[in-house]
Amino acid sequence: MLEVANLEVVYNDVVLVLRGLSLEVRDGQIVALLGANGAGKTTTLRAITGLLDIHEGDITKGSVTLAGERIDGKDPSDIVRMGIAQVMEGRRVFAEMTVDENLRTGAVTNNDAASVKGAYERVMEMFPVLAKRRKDQAGFLSGGEQQMLAIGRALMAAPKLLILDEPSLGLAPLLVQQIRDIIVDINKQGTSVLLIEQNANMALSIADFGYIMEVGKVVMDGDPQKLLSDEDVQEFYLGLHGEGERKSFREVKHYKRRKRWLS
Amino acid sequence: MDAVVVVAQVAGAGGAEKFINALSSGLALGAIYAILALGFVIIFKATQVVNFAHGALAAVGAYFTVYFATVLNVPGRFLEFLPYTAQWILSAALAVLATAVVGMIVERITIRPMIGEPLFAVAMITLGLDLIIRTVTNDFMGNQARGLNDPWGADIVEIGLLRVAKTQIVTMIVAVVAMLLLAWFFRSRMGIAMRATAFDQEAAMAQGISVGKVFAVAWAIGAALAAIGGIFSSMAPRASAGLTPFTALIVFRAFPAVIVGGLDSVTGAIVGGLLIGMAEVFAGTYLATVSWLGVGFSGIVPWLFMMLILLVKPYGLFGTEEIRRV
Repeated sequence: MLEVANLEVVYNDVVLVLRGLSLEVRDGQIVALLGANGAGKTTTLRAITGLLDIHEGDITKGSVTLAGERIDGKDPSDIVRMGIAQVMEGRRVFAEMTVDENLRTGAVTNNDAASVKGAYERVMEMFPVLAKRRKDQAGFLSGGEQQMLAIGRALMAAPKLLILDEPSLGLAPLLVQQIRDIIVDINKQGTSVLLIEQNANMALSIADFGYIMEVGKVVMDGDPQKLLSDEDVQEFYLGLHGEGERKSFREVKHYKRRKRWLS
Repeated sequence: MDAVVVVAQVAGAGGAEKFINALSSGLALGAIYAILALGFVIIFKATQVVNFAHGALAAVGAYFTVYFATVLNVPGRFLEFLPYTAQWILSAALAVLATAVVGMIVERITIRPMIGEPLFAVAMITLGLDLIIRTVTNDFMGNQARGLNDPWGADIVEIGLLRVAKTQIVTMIVAVVAMLLLAWFFRSRMGIAMRATAFDQEAAMAQGISVGKVFAVAWAIGAALAAIGGIFSSMAPRASAGLTPFTALIVFRAFPAVIVGGLDSVTGAIVGGLLIGMAEVFAGTYLATVSWLGVGFSGIVPWLFMMLILLVKPYGLFGTEEIRRV
């Protein structure tokens, strides 16, 4: 449904951040996009959702298509209306507003009162914590609750594709598991998911397909099992040594091993 | 306030009457300031733009009222069966709407292209707009005072000791209605979108909120409130002659209200407006006889009051305090 082809993004006319990135999310899939800091994951998200403009970024080459229709260059609100919702990195809930009001901001593009109500009830069912704190200011929620609010807010738009940017960031391991289960749940209810993560273990454990990007392009893709068993992924993303043992820092010799990215 | 009561008692005979009348006209003036401050704050909160053209928009609102009510007689000429009061109110409402449209046009042409540019540059643009709009309005209006022909004129209602101008009662009613409407608006879909945009513009865009639409609505509401403020400040007892080229300057007297309330607080604008209005009227009532203060001391009281407040609370009474680690 979502297809990103040969995308090139430049910030401030000089900083080349994406260098021909291509990826695809098929209907009903969970796709993981992994990469280290500065690989261009968030830029990819901005390019898809139309938020590059306010960061002085431009798509200079390539295209983004949703179900066959070009969406690069469209307004963010149009893109949301076409069915792509996002959960931004760092949650970004409206701290001064109540939980209910936060959820209502997610539904601004939806003019059909009945479907807004339906989405609201679904969110309340999925996140009992939010249902308990509906009238509380979002700023007083805990980090995990805020993350759930951010996800719930995105779901209020009843999206066909949900993009999550580092939903596990700064959360305790137990909460990360909970968020992971929620993502699986959302996917089961018929929403495709593009999961942008640094936490490779978590992302690959639920994904149908995975991409690994480095300095602005995809260096490896494939089945999550294949990625998990790859020596380089294990070493650089899972922190394991080739044989699955913990690595001893005495043996670290940078010049000995180079990433090969043979896929 | 206690101090003022003491002064009122010291004033002796007629003290209570003097006090009550000062209180009511202070509230009425405060209501005008509150409305003007509200418009200013809404534009600032939603768009981060300090709108120096607010006074010009106020004058435009009053001018439209003059034009619709006395020159064109719309919509009154189509509705002659209505009493004059109703006809005039409709003209004024039309003027407020027209000013809102002017506000939207101004936003579209001069502010929208500047999104993302330094706020200082945008503020300078509004300063230029203030001059342009005032010049154009004055050109149409001429230099002489133009009466609004409002149905209340200089009529006064007496309730016991209280003698209050009808226009002041109307001012207070309109202010309360405007505030209730605003309170409702901030809970509506557009209002929530506006609050979200004010809090975090990018996150608001990510939800599909059209920031351009929010800006346009904010300017429309701000301009409409400016127009209401402008209309009431061109009426008796504020200005017995009506609208003059100096009407636009009223906003400079409402500016302390904005600062006292805290630039970005809606509640602050209302409280600040009332406080400043009261301070000005009470100073005019009780300090006019203190000869060494000179004539017109009440005119600078709002500014003195503002400085005092800022000494204690640098972000105003309700402003968001900037938290900085040192």
